[in-house]
Amino acid sequence: MAPPSSGPRRRSRFSPLTRQVFLYLFCLIPAVSDIAQGMANTLGPNPVSVCLHDFGRWAFRFLLISLAVSPLKRFVGLDFMVYRRPLGLLAFSYAALHVVFYVGVARHFDAHVLWKDFTSRPFLTFGLLTFLILLALALTSTRRAIIALGRRWAKLHKLVYVAMILASVHYAIAFKTWHTEPFIYAAIAGVLLSLRLVPKAGKRTV
Amino acid sequence: MAVYRYPRPASSDITPRRLFFSRRALLGTAVGGVLAGGLNSGMAQADAPVAPSARGCPAAETPTPRDDVTHYNNFYEFGMEKSDPAELSGGFHPRPWQVQVDGLVEHPQVWDLDALNARFGHEDRLYRMRCVEAWSMVIPWQGFELGALLRAAGVKAGAKYVAFTSVVRPSEMPGQRGGLFSLRWPYVEGLRLDEAMHPLTLLATGVYGEALPAQNGAPIRLVVPWKYGFKGIKSITRITVTDQQPPTSWNQMAPDEYGFYANVNPDVDHPRWSQSSEQIIGEGSLFRTARRPTRLFNGYAEQVASLYRGMDLRKDF
Repeated sequence: MAPPSSGPRRRSRFSPLTRQVFLYLFCLIPAVSDIAQGMANTLGPNPVSVCLHDFGRWAFRFLLISLAVSPLKRFVGLDFMVYRRPLGLLAFSYAALHVVFYVGVARHFDAHVLWKDFTSRPFLTFGLLTFLILLALALTSTRRAIIALGRRWAKLHKLVYVAMILASVHYAIAFKTWHTEPFIYAAIAGVLLSLRLVPKAGKRTV
Repeated sequence: MAVYRYPRPASSDITPRRLFFSRRALLGTAVGGVLAGGLNSGMAQADAPVAPSARGCPAAETPTPRDDVTHYNNFYEFGMEKSDPAELSGGFHPRPWQVQVDGLVEHPQVWDLDALNARFGHEDRLYRMRCVEAWSMVIPWQGFELGALLRAAGVKAGAKYVAFTSVVRPSEMPGQRGGLFSLRWPYVEGLRLDEAMHPLTLLATGVYGEALPAQNGAPIRLVVPWKYGFKGIKSITRITVTDQQPPTSWNQMAPDEYGFYANVNPDVDHPRWSQSSEQIIGEGSLFRTARRPTRLFNGYAEQVASLYRGMDLRKDF
Protein backbone atom coordinates (compact mmCIF):
# COMPACT_ATOMS: atom_id res chain seq x y z
CA MET A 1 0.00 0.00 0.00
CA ALA A 2 1.69 3.14 -1.18
CA PRO A 3 0.90 6.27 0.77
CA PRO A 4 -0.49 9.19 -1.22
CA SER A 5 2.46 10.78 -2.90
CA SER A 6 1.68 14.41 -2.32
CA GLY A 7 4.25 16.45 -0.52
CA PRO A 8 7.98 15.90 -0.45
CA ARG A 9 9.56 12.53 -1.26
CA ARG A 10 9.55 10.16 1.60
CA ARG A 11 12.93 10.01 3.19
CA SER A 12 14.74 6.75 3.05
CA ARG A 13 15.37 4.84 6.21
CA PHE A 14 19.02 4.62 5.21
CA SER A 15 21.59 7.38 5.06
CA PRO A 16 22.77 8.53 1.61
CA LEU A 17 26.17 6.95 2.22
CA THR A 18 24.61 3.60 3.08
CA ARG A 19 22.51 3.73 -0.08
CA GLN A 20 25.52 4.69 -2.18
CA VAL A 21 27.63 1.86 -0.81
CA PHE A 22 24.78 -0.58 -1.26
CA LEU A 23 24.27 0.42 -4.90
CA TYR A 24 27.98 0.16 -5.58
CA LEU A 25 28.29 -3.31 -4.09
CA PHE A 26 25.09 -4.52 -5.77
CA CYS A 27 26.34 -3.39 -9.15
CA LEU A 28 29.56 -5.34 -8.74
CA ILE A 29 27.55 -8.55 -9.07
CA PRO A 30 28.29 -8.93 -12.82
CA ALA A 31 32.02 -8.77 -12.10
CA VAL A 32 31.81 -11.27 -9.24
CA SER A 33 29.66 -13.53 -11.37
CA ASP A 34 32.06 -13.46 -14.33
CA ILE A 35 35.09 -14.13 -12.17
CA ALA A 36 33.34 -16.93 -10.27
CA GLN A 37 32.22 -18.56 -13.51
CA GLY A 38 35.64 -18.06 -15.02
CA MET A 39 37.26 -19.79 -12.06
CA ALA A 40 34.71 -22.60 -12.30
CA ASN A 41 35.58 -22.81 -16.01
CA THR A 42 32.03 -22.36 -17.23
CA LEU A 43 32.64 -19.35 -19.46
CA GLY A 44 33.56 -21.37 -22.54
CA PRO A 45 36.83 -21.86 -24.38
CA ASN A 46 38.19 -18.35 -23.80
CA PRO A 47 37.07 -17.11 -20.37
CA VAL A 48 39.61 -14.28 -20.33
CA SER A 49 38.17 -12.76 -23.45
CA VAL A 50 34.62 -13.08 -22.08
CA CYS A 51 35.60 -11.26 -18.87
CA LEU A 52 37.62 -8.65 -20.72
CA HIS A 53 34.75 -7.75 -23.02
CA ASP A 54 32.04 -7.98 -20.36
CA PHE A 55 33.96 -5.60 -18.11
CA GLY A 56 34.40 -3.16 -20.96
CA ARG A 57 30.69 -3.22 -21.77
CA TRP A 58 29.74 -2.74 -18.11
CA ALA A 59 32.10 0.21 -17.85
CA PHE A 60 30.36 1.73 -20.86
CA ARG A 61 26.91 1.05 -19.41
CA PHE A 62 27.71 2.68 -16.09
CA LEU A 63 29.21 5.65 -17.85
CA LEU A 64 25.93 6.01 -19.76
CA ILE A 65 23.83 5.63 -16.60
CA SER A 66 25.92 8.15 -14.68
CA LEU A 67 25.48 10.60 -17.54
CA ALA A 68 21.72 10.04 -17.47
CA VAL A 69 21.41 11.28 -13.89
CA SER A 70 21.41 15.02 -14.51
CA PRO A 71 19.13 14.93 -17.61
CA LEU A 72 16.70 12.80 -15.62
CA LYS A 73 16.58 15.48 -12.97
CA ARG A 74 16.40 18.37 -15.38
CA PHE A 75 13.92 17.02 -17.92
CA VAL A 76 11.97 14.36 -16.03
CA GLY A 77 12.19 15.60 -12.47
CA LEU A 78 13.60 12.37 -11.10
CA ASP A 79 16.38 13.04 -8.67
CA PHE A 80 19.02 10.34 -8.42
CA MET A 81 21.84 12.78 -7.77
CA VAL A 82 22.85 10.92 -4.65
CA TYR A 83 23.75 7.93 -6.82
CA ARG A 84 25.81 9.76 -9.40
CA ARG A 85 29.11 9.33 -7.60
CA PRO A 86 28.83 5.56 -7.06
CA LEU A 87 27.67 5.18 -10.68
CA GLY A 88 30.73 7.08 -11.88
CA LEU A 89 32.94 4.99 -9.62
CA LEU A 90 31.34 1.84 -11.02
CA ALA A 91 32.21 2.96 -14.54
CA PHE A 92 35.76 3.53 -13.36
CA SER A 93 35.92 0.19 -11.50
CA TYR A 94 34.78 -1.82 -14.50
CA ALA A 95 37.13 0.13 -16.75
CA ALA A 96 39.95 -0.68 -14.32
CA LEU A 97 39.07 -4.39 -14.38
CA HIS A 98 38.92 -4.19 -18.19
CA VAL A 99 42.39 -2.62 -18.32
CA VAL A 100 43.88 -5.00 -15.74
CA PHE A 101 42.57 -7.99 -17.71
CA TYR A 102 44.00 -6.62 -20.91
CA VAL A 103 47.38 -5.52 -19.59
CA GLY A 104 47.99 -8.26 -17.07
CA VAL A 105 45.97 -11.35 -17.92
CA ALA A 106 45.87 -11.12 -21.72
CA ARG A 107 49.19 -9.35 -22.44
CA HIS A 108 51.22 -10.63 -19.47
CA PHE A 109 52.45 -7.07 -18.71
CA ASP A 110 54.62 -7.29 -21.82
CA ALA A 111 55.90 -3.70 -21.90
CA HIS A 112 57.13 -3.93 -25.46
CA VAL A 113 53.81 -5.16 -26.85
CA LEU A 114 51.79 -2.78 -24.67
CA TRP A 115 53.81 0.24 -25.71
CA LYS A 116 53.21 -0.58 -29.34
CA ASP A 117 49.54 -1.30 -28.62
CA PHE A 118 48.87 1.99 -26.94
CA THR A 119 50.95 4.18 -29.22
CA SER A 120 50.21 2.73 -32.63
CA ARG A 121 46.76 1.17 -32.45
CA PRO A 122 44.07 3.84 -32.43
CA PHE A 123 41.36 1.77 -30.75
CA LEU A 124 43.68 1.03 -27.85
CA THR A 125 44.87 4.63 -27.67
CA PHE A 126 41.25 5.74 -27.41
CA GLY A 127 40.65 3.13 -24.73
CA LEU A 128 43.66 4.14 -22.70
CA LEU A 129 42.78 7.84 -22.85
CA THR A 130 39.26 7.02 -21.69
CA PHE A 131 40.66 5.10 -18.76
CA LEU A 132 43.09 7.87 -17.80
CA ILE A 133 40.23 10.37 -17.70
CA LEU A 134 38.10 8.06 -15.58
CA LEU A 135 41.08 7.53 -13.29
CA ALA A 136 41.52 11.28 -12.82
CA LEU A 137 37.82 11.69 -12.13
CA ALA A 138 37.78 8.80 -9.66
CA LEU A 139 40.79 10.20 -7.79
CA THR A 140 39.08 13.60 -7.48
CA SER A 141 35.72 12.20 -6.48
CA THR A 142 36.27 12.64 -2.74
CA ARG A 143 34.67 15.41 -0.73
CA ARG A 144 38.13 16.67 0.11
CA ALA A 145 39.06 16.94 -3.58
CA ILE A 146 35.82 18.71 -4.38
CA ILE A 147 36.50 21.32 -1.73
CA ALA A 148 40.18 21.66 -2.66
CA LEU A 149 39.50 22.10 -6.36
CA GLY A 150 36.55 24.41 -5.88
CA ARG A 151 35.34 25.86 -9.15
CA ARG A 152 37.93 23.90 -11.13
CA TRP A 153 36.36 20.63 -10.00
CA ALA A 154 33.27 21.12 -12.15
CA LYS A 155 35.47 22.01 -15.10
CA LEU A 156 37.65 18.95 -14.60
CA HIS A 157 34.67 16.66 -14.36
CA LYS A 158 33.32 17.94 -17.66
CA LEU A 159 36.05 15.66 -19.05
CA VAL A 160 33.55 12.86 -18.60
CA TYR A 161 31.98 14.04 -21.85
CA VAL A 162 35.29 13.58 -23.60
CA ALA A 163 35.61 10.14 -22.01
CA MET A 164 32.18 9.22 -23.32
CA ILE A 165 33.13 10.17 -26.88
CA LEU A 166 36.50 8.37 -26.68
CA ALA A 167 34.86 5.25 -25.28
CA SER A 168 32.28 5.26 -28.08
CA VAL A 169 35.03 5.36 -30.71
CA HIS A 170 37.09 2.73 -28.86
CA TYR A 171 34.15 0.33 -28.81
CA ALA A 172 33.03 1.00 -32.39
CA ILE A 173 36.42 0.31 -34.00
CA ALA A 174 37.44 -2.61 -31.80
CA PHE A 175 35.98 -5.31 -34.05
CA LYS A 176 36.97 -6.93 -37.32
CA THR A 177 33.69 -5.81 -38.86
CA TRP A 178 31.16 -3.20 -37.84
CA HIS A 179 28.98 -4.55 -35.06
CA THR A 180 25.53 -3.17 -34.26
CA GLU A 181 25.88 -2.99 -30.48
CA PRO A 182 28.61 -0.30 -30.34
CA PHE A 183 26.47 1.93 -32.52
CA ILE A 184 23.46 1.54 -30.24
CA TYR A 185 25.67 2.47 -27.28
CA ALA A 186 27.15 5.40 -29.19
CA ALA A 187 23.68 6.60 -30.16
CA ILE A 188 22.59 6.61 -26.51
CA ALA A 189 25.79 8.45 -25.61
CA GLY A 190 25.06 10.95 -28.36
CA VAL A 191 21.58 11.64 -27.01
CA LEU A 192 22.85 12.04 -23.44
CA LEU A 193 25.61 14.40 -24.56
CA SER A 194 23.37 16.50 -26.80
CA LEU A 195 20.91 17.00 -23.95
CA ARG A 196 23.70 19.06 -22.38
CA LEU A 197 23.44 21.44 -25.31
CA VAL A 198 19.80 22.28 -24.67
CA PRO A 199 19.88 25.89 -23.46
CA LYS A 200 18.75 26.38 -19.92
CA ALA A 201 15.66 28.56 -19.48
CA GLY A 202 16.27 31.79 -17.63
CA LYS A 203 19.27 32.29 -15.39
CA ARG A 204 18.95 29.23 -13.22
CA THR A 205 22.05 28.24 -11.37
CA VAL A 206 22.90 24.56 -11.24
CA MET B 1 49.51 -44.67 -51.24
CA ALA B 2 52.37 -42.33 -50.42
CA VAL B 3 51.95 -40.66 -47.09
CA TYR B 4 52.89 -37.03 -46.97
CA ARG B 5 55.11 -36.30 -43.99
CA TYR B 6 54.67 -33.03 -42.24
CA PRO B 7 55.76 -31.73 -38.84
CA ARG B 8 53.54 -33.03 -36.10
CA PRO B 9 53.42 -32.36 -32.41
CA ALA B 10 55.41 -35.06 -30.61
CA SER B 11 53.26 -38.15 -30.22
CA SER B 12 54.21 -38.38 -26.56
CA ASP B 13 52.56 -35.01 -26.04
CA ILE B 14 49.28 -36.01 -27.53
CA THR B 15 46.45 -36.69 -25.16
CA PRO B 16 44.06 -38.60 -27.33
CA ARG B 17 40.33 -38.12 -27.06
CA ARG B 18 38.92 -41.41 -25.89
CA LEU B 19 36.31 -41.56 -28.62
CA PHE B 20 38.75 -40.67 -31.35
CA PHE B 21 41.18 -43.41 -30.53
CA SER B 22 38.72 -46.04 -29.52
CA ARG B 23 37.32 -45.77 -33.03
CA ARG B 24 40.80 -46.16 -34.40
CA ALA B 25 41.46 -49.23 -32.25
CA LEU B 26 38.18 -50.71 -33.32
CA LEU B 27 39.02 -50.30 -36.97
CA GLY B 28 42.53 -51.50 -36.60
CA THR B 29 44.69 -50.84 -39.60
CA ALA B 30 41.94 -51.05 -42.17
CA VAL B 31 42.40 -48.73 -45.09
CA GLY B 32 40.16 -45.71 -44.83
CA GLY B 33 36.79 -45.93 -46.48
CA VAL B 34 33.49 -44.34 -45.92
CA LEU B 35 31.16 -45.70 -43.29
CA ALA B 36 27.52 -44.90 -43.55
CA GLY B 37 26.76 -41.78 -41.55
CA GLY B 38 30.26 -40.90 -40.56
CA LEU B 39 33.95 -41.18 -41.01
CA ASN B 40 36.37 -43.73 -39.78
CA SER B 41 40.00 -43.23 -39.02
CA GLY B 42 41.77 -46.16 -40.45
CA MET B 43 45.12 -44.66 -41.26
CA ALA B 44 47.96 -46.39 -39.52
CA GLN B 45 50.10 -43.89 -37.71
CA ALA B 46 53.53 -43.54 -39.22
CA ASP B 47 56.29 -42.69 -36.81
CA ALA B 48 55.49 -39.08 -36.19
CA PRO B 49 58.45 -36.79 -36.61
CA VAL B 50 58.75 -34.39 -33.73
CA ALA B 51 57.66 -30.88 -34.55
CA PRO B 52 60.64 -28.60 -34.90
CA SER B 53 60.29 -26.14 -32.06
CA ALA B 54 61.32 -22.58 -32.69
CA ARG B 55 63.58 -20.83 -30.26
CA GLY B 56 61.82 -20.01 -27.01
CA CYS B 57 58.76 -21.91 -28.07
CA PRO B 58 57.44 -24.64 -25.81
CA ALA B 59 57.68 -27.94 -27.64
CA ALA B 60 54.69 -29.50 -25.94
CA GLU B 61 51.59 -29.25 -28.07
CA THR B 62 48.45 -31.14 -27.33
CA PRO B 63 45.31 -31.22 -29.43
CA THR B 64 42.87 -28.58 -28.31
CA PRO B 65 39.95 -30.20 -26.44
CA ARG B 66 37.16 -31.20 -28.79
CA ASP B 67 34.61 -28.97 -27.04
CA ASP B 68 36.80 -25.94 -27.62
CA VAL B 69 37.38 -26.83 -31.27
CA THR B 70 33.63 -27.10 -31.80
CA HIS B 71 32.48 -24.17 -29.61
CA TYR B 72 34.93 -21.39 -30.39
CA ASN B 73 34.44 -20.63 -34.04
CA ASN B 74 34.52 -17.77 -36.47
CA PHE B 75 31.80 -18.55 -38.97
CA TYR B 76 30.06 -15.23 -39.60
CA GLU B 77 27.35 -16.92 -41.66
CA PHE B 78 25.95 -18.05 -38.31
CA GLY B 79 26.80 -14.94 -36.27
CA MET B 80 29.66 -12.78 -35.12
CA GLU B 81 30.19 -14.21 -31.64
CA LYS B 82 32.49 -17.20 -31.18
CA SER B 83 29.63 -19.16 -29.61
CA ASP B 84 27.13 -18.34 -32.38
CA PRO B 85 28.15 -21.02 -34.90
CA ALA B 86 27.63 -23.86 -32.42
CA GLU B 87 24.42 -22.35 -31.06
CA LEU B 88 22.79 -21.14 -34.26
CA SER B 89 23.73 -23.80 -36.80
CA GLY B 90 21.05 -26.33 -35.79
CA GLY B 91 18.99 -25.61 -38.90
CA PHE B 92 21.84 -26.13 -41.34
CA HIS B 93 21.63 -29.15 -43.65
CA PRO B 94 25.06 -30.33 -44.84
CA ARG B 95 23.53 -33.27 -46.73
CA PRO B 96 22.97 -33.77 -49.57
CA TRP B 97 25.90 -31.69 -50.83
CA GLN B 98 27.52 -31.02 -54.17
CA VAL B 99 30.82 -29.37 -54.98
CA GLN B 100 31.23 -27.92 -58.43
CA VAL B 101 34.76 -28.11 -59.84
CA ASP B 102 35.17 -25.96 -62.93
CA GLY B 103 37.22 -23.29 -64.67
CA LEU B 104 40.51 -24.13 -66.33
CA VAL B 105 40.23 -27.90 -65.91
CA GLU B 106 40.02 -30.76 -68.36
CA HIS B 107 37.12 -32.40 -66.57
CA PRO B 108 34.70 -29.95 -65.02
CA GLN B 109 32.37 -31.88 -62.77
CA VAL B 110 29.76 -31.53 -60.05
CA TRP B 111 30.84 -33.90 -57.35
CA ASP B 112 28.47 -35.35 -54.84
CA LEU B 113 30.07 -35.36 -51.42
CA ASP B 114 29.75 -39.13 -51.13
CA ALA B 115 31.51 -39.51 -54.47
CA LEU B 116 34.35 -37.28 -53.27
CA ASN B 117 34.70 -39.37 -50.11
CA ALA B 118 34.62 -42.62 -52.07
CA ARG B 119 37.17 -41.40 -54.60
CA PHE B 120 39.64 -39.62 -52.35
CA GLY B 121 39.11 -41.23 -48.95
CA HIS B 122 40.64 -39.45 -46.02
CA GLU B 123 43.57 -39.42 -43.73
CA ASP B 124 44.35 -37.89 -40.36
CA ARG B 125 46.16 -34.59 -40.25
CA LEU B 126 47.07 -33.02 -36.93
CA TYR B 127 47.56 -29.34 -37.73
CA ARG B 128 48.21 -26.18 -35.84
CA MET B 129 45.57 -23.55 -36.53
CA ARG B 130 46.48 -19.90 -36.09
CA CYS B 131 43.64 -17.39 -36.22
CA VAL B 132 44.35 -13.88 -37.45
CA GLU B 133 42.92 -12.75 -34.08
CA ALA B 134 46.09 -14.05 -32.39
CA TRP B 135 44.80 -17.27 -30.89
CA SER B 136 45.63 -20.81 -31.84
CA MET B 137 44.52 -24.41 -31.59
CA VAL B 138 45.90 -27.83 -32.54
CA ILE B 139 43.24 -29.72 -34.48
CA PRO B 140 43.01 -33.37 -35.61
CA TRP B 141 41.38 -33.13 -39.05
CA GLN B 142 40.38 -35.86 -41.43
CA GLY B 143 40.33 -35.15 -45.13
CA PHE B 144 42.17 -35.43 -48.42
CA GLU B 145 44.64 -33.26 -50.26
CA LEU B 146 43.14 -30.57 -52.45
CA GLY B 147 45.91 -31.43 -54.91
CA ALA B 148 44.43 -34.90 -55.43
CA LEU B 149 41.11 -33.41 -56.49
CA LEU B 150 42.79 -30.86 -58.76
CA ARG B 151 44.92 -33.56 -60.39
CA ALA B 152 41.81 -35.60 -61.00
CA ALA B 153 40.16 -32.57 -62.58
CA GLY B 154 43.20 -31.99 -64.78
CA VAL B 155 44.47 -28.45 -64.39
CA LYS B 156 44.94 -26.78 -67.78
CA ALA B 157 48.03 -24.87 -68.84
CA GLY B 158 47.76 -21.21 -68.00
CA ALA B 159 45.95 -21.80 -64.70
CA LYS B 160 47.41 -19.72 -61.87
CA TYR B 161 44.89 -19.59 -59.06
CA VAL B 162 42.12 -21.55 -57.41
CA ALA B 163 38.97 -19.75 -56.28
CA PHE B 164 36.61 -21.12 -53.63
CA THR B 165 32.99 -20.24 -52.97
CA SER B 166 31.01 -21.01 -49.84
CA VAL B 167 27.30 -21.54 -49.41
CA VAL B 168 24.50 -18.95 -49.30
CA ARG B 169 21.47 -20.09 -47.34
CA PRO B 170 19.99 -17.21 -45.39
CA SER B 171 17.13 -19.43 -44.23
CA GLU B 172 19.59 -21.78 -42.53
CA MET B 173 22.34 -19.30 -41.67
CA PRO B 174 21.14 -16.47 -39.43
CA GLY B 175 24.30 -14.43 -39.97
CA GLN B 176 23.39 -14.09 -43.64
CA ARG B 177 20.08 -12.42 -42.82
CA GLY B 178 20.38 -8.68 -42.51
CA GLY B 179 23.80 -8.13 -41.06
CA LEU B 180 24.27 -4.87 -42.91
CA PHE B 181 27.74 -4.42 -41.48
CA SER B 182 28.94 -7.98 -41.93
CA LEU B 183 30.80 -9.61 -44.79
CA ARG B 184 29.34 -9.95 -48.27
CA TRP B 185 27.95 -13.36 -49.16
CA PRO B 186 28.93 -15.81 -50.40
CA TYR B 187 32.22 -15.99 -48.55
CA VAL B 188 34.95 -16.41 -51.14
CA GLU B 189 38.60 -17.38 -50.83
CA GLY B 190 41.50 -18.13 -53.09
CA LEU B 191 44.94 -19.68 -53.29
CA ARG B 192 47.74 -19.51 -55.77
CA LEU B 193 47.86 -22.77 -57.77
CA ASP B 194 51.14 -23.89 -56.17
CA GLU B 195 49.68 -23.27 -52.72
CA ALA B 196 46.58 -25.23 -53.67
CA MET B 197 48.69 -28.14 -54.96
CA HIS B 198 50.89 -28.21 -51.85
CA PRO B 199 50.52 -31.51 -49.99
CA LEU B 200 49.80 -29.68 -46.72
CA THR B 201 46.66 -28.13 -48.20
CA LEU B 202 43.70 -30.18 -47.10
CA LEU B 203 40.04 -30.47 -47.90
CA ALA B 204 38.73 -31.53 -44.51
CA THR B 205 35.59 -33.58 -44.15
CA GLY B 206 36.01 -34.55 -40.52
CA VAL B 207 37.42 -33.44 -37.21
CA TYR B 208 38.20 -35.56 -34.17
CA GLY B 209 37.24 -38.66 -36.12
CA GLU B 210 33.70 -37.59 -36.92
CA ALA B 211 32.03 -35.80 -39.80
CA LEU B 212 32.53 -32.03 -39.55
CA PRO B 213 29.92 -30.38 -37.35
CA ALA B 214 28.09 -27.51 -39.02
CA GLN B 215 29.99 -24.91 -36.99
CA ASN B 216 33.34 -26.21 -38.26
CA GLY B 217 32.37 -25.93 -41.91
CA ALA B 218 30.28 -28.98 -42.73
CA PRO B 219 30.45 -30.92 -44.84
CA ILE B 220 33.72 -29.94 -46.53
CA ARG B 221 36.15 -27.11 -45.88
CA LEU B 222 39.63 -25.92 -46.72
CA VAL B 223 42.52 -26.16 -44.24
CA VAL B 224 45.77 -24.34 -45.05
CA PRO B 225 47.78 -24.66 -41.86
CA TRP B 226 50.50 -22.09 -42.64
CA LYS B 227 47.93 -19.36 -43.28
CA TYR B 228 45.58 -17.51 -40.97
CA GLY B 229 42.39 -19.41 -40.26
CA PHE B 230 40.14 -17.19 -42.35
CA LYS B 231 41.73 -18.65 -45.50
CA GLY B 232 40.10 -21.95 -44.54
CA ILE B 233 36.79 -21.36 -46.30
CA LYS B 234 33.99 -23.47 -44.89
CA SER B 235 31.06 -25.33 -46.48
CA ILE B 236 32.56 -25.19 -49.96
CA THR B 237 30.16 -25.35 -52.93
CA ARG B 238 32.47 -24.44 -55.79
CA ILE B 239 36.14 -24.72 -56.67
CA THR B 240 37.19 -22.82 -59.78
CA VAL B 241 40.61 -22.96 -61.37
CA THR B 242 41.44 -19.60 -62.93
CA ASP B 243 44.20 -17.43 -64.35
CA GLN B 244 43.15 -14.36 -62.35
CA GLN B 245 43.81 -13.70 -58.66
CA PRO B 246 40.37 -14.27 -57.17
CA PRO B 247 38.74 -11.86 -54.73
CA THR B 248 38.76 -12.95 -51.07
CA SER B 249 36.14 -11.94 -48.53
CA TRP B 250 38.21 -10.42 -45.72
CA ASN B 251 40.46 -8.66 -48.19
CA GLN B 252 37.39 -7.03 -49.72
CA MET B 253 36.20 -6.03 -46.25
CA ALA B 254 39.48 -4.42 -45.16
CA PRO B 255 42.33 -4.65 -47.69
CA ASP B 256 44.83 -3.00 -45.34
CA GLU B 257 44.16 -5.58 -42.63
CA TYR B 258 43.81 -8.85 -44.55
CA GLY B 259 45.98 -9.66 -47.51
CA PHE B 260 45.42 -12.25 -50.23
CA TYR B 261 48.26 -14.41 -48.95
CA ALA B 262 47.52 -14.16 -45.21
CA ASN B 263 50.56 -16.25 -44.35
CA VAL B 264 51.13 -16.51 -40.61
CA ASN B 265 53.94 -14.07 -39.89
CA PRO B 266 54.94 -12.82 -36.44
CA ASP B 267 56.77 -9.86 -37.97
CA VAL B 268 53.82 -8.40 -39.85
CA ASP B 269 51.33 -7.07 -37.32
CA HIS B 270 47.66 -6.66 -37.93
CA PRO B 271 47.10 -2.89 -37.82
CA ARG B 272 45.08 -3.30 -34.63
CA TRP B 273 47.03 -5.96 -32.77
CA SER B 274 50.38 -7.67 -32.58
CA GLN B 275 50.87 -10.98 -34.37
CA SER B 276 54.11 -11.74 -32.51
CA SER B 277 52.46 -14.18 -30.12
CA GLU B 278 49.25 -16.15 -29.80
CA GLN B 279 46.88 -17.24 -27.08
CA ILE B 280 46.58 -21.01 -26.82
CA ILE B 281 42.88 -21.85 -26.57
CA GLY B 282 42.09 -24.53 -24.02
CA GLU B 283 45.08 -23.76 -21.84
CA GLY B 284 45.89 -21.18 -19.20
CA SER B 285 43.65 -19.85 -16.47
CA LEU B 286 41.31 -16.95 -15.87
CA PHE B 287 44.20 -15.02 -14.37
CA ARG B 288 46.84 -15.83 -16.93
CA THR B 289 46.26 -16.80 -20.53
CA ALA B 290 48.59 -19.34 -22.11
CA ARG B 291 50.62 -17.66 -24.83
CA ARG B 292 53.46 -18.64 -27.06
CA PRO B 293 55.49 -16.89 -29.74
CA THR B 294 53.99 -17.15 -33.20
CA ARG B 295 56.21 -18.82 -35.79
CA LEU B 296 56.73 -17.82 -39.40
CA PHE B 297 54.33 -19.83 -41.59
CA ASN B 298 52.87 -21.16 -38.35
CA GLY B 299 55.85 -23.47 -37.92
CA TYR B 300 55.59 -24.96 -41.43
CA ALA B 301 58.38 -22.83 -42.93
CA GLU B 302 60.42 -25.89 -43.86
CA GLN B 303 57.56 -27.15 -46.02
CA VAL B 304 56.28 -23.93 -47.58
CA ALA B 305 58.88 -21.15 -47.37
CA SER B 306 60.16 -22.05 -50.85
CA LEU B 307 56.78 -21.06 -52.33
CA TYR B 308 57.48 -17.46 -51.41
CA ARG B 309 61.15 -17.15 -52.26
CA GLY B 310 61.98 -13.68 -53.47
CA MET B 311 58.69 -12.20 -52.30
CA ASP B 312 58.43 -9.30 -49.88
CA LEU B 313 56.21 -10.80 -47.18
CA ARG B 314 55.51 -7.34 -45.76
CA LYS B 315 54.11 -6.17 -49.05
CA ASP B 316 52.38 -9.42 -49.97
CA PHE B 317 51.04 -10.09 -46.49
